[in-house]
Amino acid sequence: MMYRLPPVAGEWIDRSRELPFEFEGRAFKGYAGDTISSALAAAGVMTLGRSFKYHRPRGIHSFANHDANNLFQVATPSSASVPNVRGDVTALEAGMRVTAVNTVGGLARDRARFVEWLAPFLPVGFYYKAFHGRAFPRWEQRIRAMSGLGAITGNAPRIRTPKRYAFCDVLVIGAGPSGLAAALSAADTGARVLLVDENARAGGCGSWGGASAQEIESIIDRVEAAPNIELLLGTHAAGFYADHWVALVEPTRMTKVRAGSVVFATGVIEQPAVFRNNDLPGVMSGTAAQRLLHRHGVAPGKRVVILTANREGYDVARTLRSFGIAVAAVLDLRAGPGVDADGLGELRCVAGVTPQEAVAGRAGAVRALRVAFATDDGASATETIACDAVIMSVGFAPAAGLLAQSGATWQYDAALQQHLPAKLPSGLYAAGRVNGVYDHAARRQDGRDAGAAAAAHSRGRHEGIRVAKPENSRQVSHPYPVFAHPRGRDFVDLDEDIQVKDLLNSAQEGFDSTELLKRFSTLGMGPSQGKHSNLHGARILMRAREATLVDTALTTQRPFYHPVALKHLAGMGFHPERRSALHERHVALDAKLMTVGGWQRPEYYRIDAQPRSECIFQEVRAVREVAGLIDVSTLGKVEISGPEAGAFLDRVYAGSFSDLRIGMTRYGLLLDESGIVRDDGVIARLGEQRYYFTTTTSGAANVYRELLLWNARWRMDCAFVNVTGHRAAINLAGPASRAILQSFTDIPLSDEAFPFLGVREGRVAGVDARVLRAGFVSSLGFEIHVPYRSASRVWDALLANAGVRAFGVEAQRVLRLEKGHAIVAQDTDNLTNPFEAGLGWAVRMGKPFFVGQRSLRIHVRRGARQKLVGFELESRAGGAPSIGEANLLIHNGNIAGRVTSIAHSPTLGRTIGLAMASPQLSEPGTNLVIRASDGRQVGARVVRTPFVGTV
Amino acid sequence: MKSIRCPLNGPRPLLEFACGGEVRAMPDPQACSDAEWTAYLFNRASVPGVKREWWCHTPSGYWFIAERDTARDEILATYDAAELAAKAAT
Repeated sequence: MMYRLPPVAGEWIDRSRELPFEFEGRAFKGYAGDTISSALAAAGVMTLGRSFKYHRPRGIHSFANHDANNLFQVATPSSASVPNVRGDVTALEAGMRVTAVNTVGGLARDRARFVEWLAPFLPVGFYYKAFHGRAFPRWEQRIRAMSGLGAITGNAPRIRTPKRYAFCDVLVIGAGPSGLAAALSAADTGARVLLVDENARAGGCGSWGGASAQEIESIIDRVEAAPNIELLLGTHAAGFYADHWVALVEPTRMTKVRAGSVVFATGVIEQPAVFRNNDLPGVMSGTAAQRLLHRHGVAPGKRVVILTANREGYDVARTLRSFGIAVAAVLDLRAGPGVDADGLGELRCVAGVTPQEAVAGRAGAVRALRVAFATDDGASATETIACDAVIMSVGFAPAAGLLAQSGATWQYDAALQQHLPAKLPSGLYAAGRVNGVYDHAARRQDGRDAGAAAAAHSRGRHEGIRVAKPENSRQVSHPYPVFAHPRGRDFVDLDEDIQVKDLLNSAQEGFDSTELLKRFSTLGMGPSQGKHSNLHGARILMRAREATLVDTALTTQRPFYHPVALKHLAGMGFHPERRSALHERHVALDAKLMTVGGWQRPEYYRIDAQPRSECIFQEVRAVREVAGLIDVSTLGKVEISGPEAGAFLDRVYAGSFSDLRIGMTRYGLLLDESGIVRDDGVIARLGEQRYYFTTTTSGAANVYRELLLWNARWRMDCAFVNVTGHRAAINLAGPASRAILQSFTDIPLSDEAFPFLGVREGRVAGVDARVLRAGFVSSLGFEIHVPYRSASRVWDALLANAGVRAFGVEAQRVLRLEKGHAIVAQDTDNLTNPFEAGLGWAVRMGKPFFVGQRSLRIHVRRGARQKLVGFELESRAGGAPSIGEANLLIHNGNIAGRVTSIAHSPTLGRTIGLAMASPQLSEPGTNLVIRASDGRQVGARVVRTPFVGTV
Repeated sequence: MKSIRCPLNGPRPLLEFACGGEVRAMPDPQACSDAEWTAYLFNRASVPGVKREWWCHTPSGYWFIAERDTARDEILATYDAAELAAKAAT
């Protein structure tokens, strides 16, 4: 292992556990604790992938979860092949088989390399300009075949990834020096703290950013020992949503956490220098080199050139020398290094350097850096410095994605050359380098302050907005580390192979705001979402516009902060359904079930192999000739009681109920304030101050909520209990219903004792029941309301009688149609008032007030615009088109209404229906013309309802 | 997802709530003109700002008042409807 160093203090690898793996068909070994990229780097593999567009060789660049050119297809002994695995952060496992994505014929000899020679013909925006219109699908196919990343295997097993909900007082995002300090100071106040970090271990850049590995270890030990701190590692805070609701993506689950307050200690992202061939394998950022060295004990090269503009670059030089790695030169972009070079002794440091290009060796990796600089006598010189690694340390951008999602505003700090959070929403705090604080002691203090403020906020003490005030004003970031080359290949965005000229051309074409530039050039739209490119893109754009970053808004990175595997987003296929107390009985009777208002209801009951229409016909005939039984448990059922119960019903329903006699029921019609029919049901008076009423199945939840709202406004003296789920209901209908029911109940059922529309309480089949005499489907019928658990007893007893059949929703529709009853929301719509629906008899306009009354006065004055009429289809010869609901009535060539219900009546032997028609067509005897769905016309005639008399 | 503090049940996720619209006084149906009535029915001032709204915690069927800044999508206060009646009385 050529590049592996002797053991390093605080390293993450376990040298006692060697892991064999395979890369592009060759065998390698790494250690437990390695990532795929670090193990390959340790073995001296410089080229880890090919770039997205030009297929240029690429190596480790950021080593911080945005090396989008180091994506791998990975198969392990235990799992199927997974595409687009990020090599820089994915832990190495024994037996992994790793290949680079986006190559044709392997990484080394990628046959798609030729695309780079086509680059002059592929200017920015080429796709938008060239591929549109009819040729687009053909081009799209070609390009997709070329540009796809990874391969999805069809045999991947289905892995369920659970969602977890969590709550904490203080959420700290980032477990670097400032995040650790924030967590500890918040926990000291007693707050429950959740500390998350996307890395495999806590500590961040601490061990090379001013503290020793031992110091960081002892802080982490304190965090782990604190009983009120939960530390989640390998976890992205991926999205920030309203009221501190944060999505935490862990490898095998997602946690949705609601935090009292949040500390963003997210740190900064190192930005590359832009110069020709800055993408060669071996050219990497300073923090990438530090991570390789300190975490994985891997040398970034054997002869290193450092290109820098800050103290951090010199720190890299010191680290390299401490590991005995040759540093060829430290090249400073600034005019002079100041104190940063102190202690580097005889090391060659050159100031005022301009990088010209990196030079590639035979294998594609960097072999030299050509630079220009001013010599001591003031002349300009160029030099080609041989090296096998170029380390860039020229500046940082805040890891601002999550903060931006939270609604923070940003300001560009000219002293620091960095965007800093200017104003944070209540309960949110930034700490550490994202807040512009760079030096170790100051970062820890900033973290402690933020943690204390966040803990106070979560206790409800809003102590004002904590002002971002960096103590540190040394310039960490170079204002413009961009050195465009006349021959290009000066990459700004490595994900999408975007060069300086692409951005300049975009600006020239008018896409000269950051948002437009992004979309036209695709800058920042690759897998790393602009984490290493958006800032330079904005800088280049602003220089082209002769403006400054100070007044430039950066693009907001939307959730998710890092790409998230779809398994975390997929739901559980959670479709709840309600089952009535009699569900098992319906299944046993081979019911064809349908979903109504969330309930499973029998549409009809299958009889052997007979067709649907025949099954429904049999059910209808049973009700007309003997008796039928339907489960109406799905009706909404509400009890209302209190001194003002009747008065309340008078105010919400169109009818009158305070004058209803005890033991009687009345049809209730519910309108909205504009006088439109919303719902209906039967209202029964059980006592002086006690009513029981039903609503439609689909309206149950909304009607109940609506009534509660009215009473929240009126504050009348009555109370409501929704017993929809508590009570089951069975409607026994048909000429034999009275005789059958009487044999199971002590309630006298004669017309005198129990008149039409009466309600009685008593026992049915040994069960406490409320019986309502109803006429919805037949003149004689009893609706039996019983407790949920007793429903099957009653059902079984009634069904056991000779000739009685269970009937479903379809038969009910036919039966009620024969009776001429309208169904709210089928025969009425959002423009139908009760007079138009033929329900004027249920409205008491003379009452002092009811909901919808004021509007009905206007409706009455204006007259009906439509009328619900019954019709019969003309008897038809075979082959005539069938008419369905919503077919139109045609009158004088114009639309004059529509069919709302239609069915073949087995009782009458004719096809009957209801239609919403123009008033001029509403007189019985009027001929109607109905246009079928295929355009043919069918004759019909308006008739009086009910279609059948006393059945 | 937003979190709303229900006066009866404490802070609960938005998912559990239904909005019943702005608190508006009904004009006297006996005295008002058709134009006033239809304006009450159909016209809403969609001006962003602090609104007093009806909200229902649906699992418990409890209606309460929320004062919400629609410009900033922030709920400023929630309280029982009885307080609304008390405020109207004073």
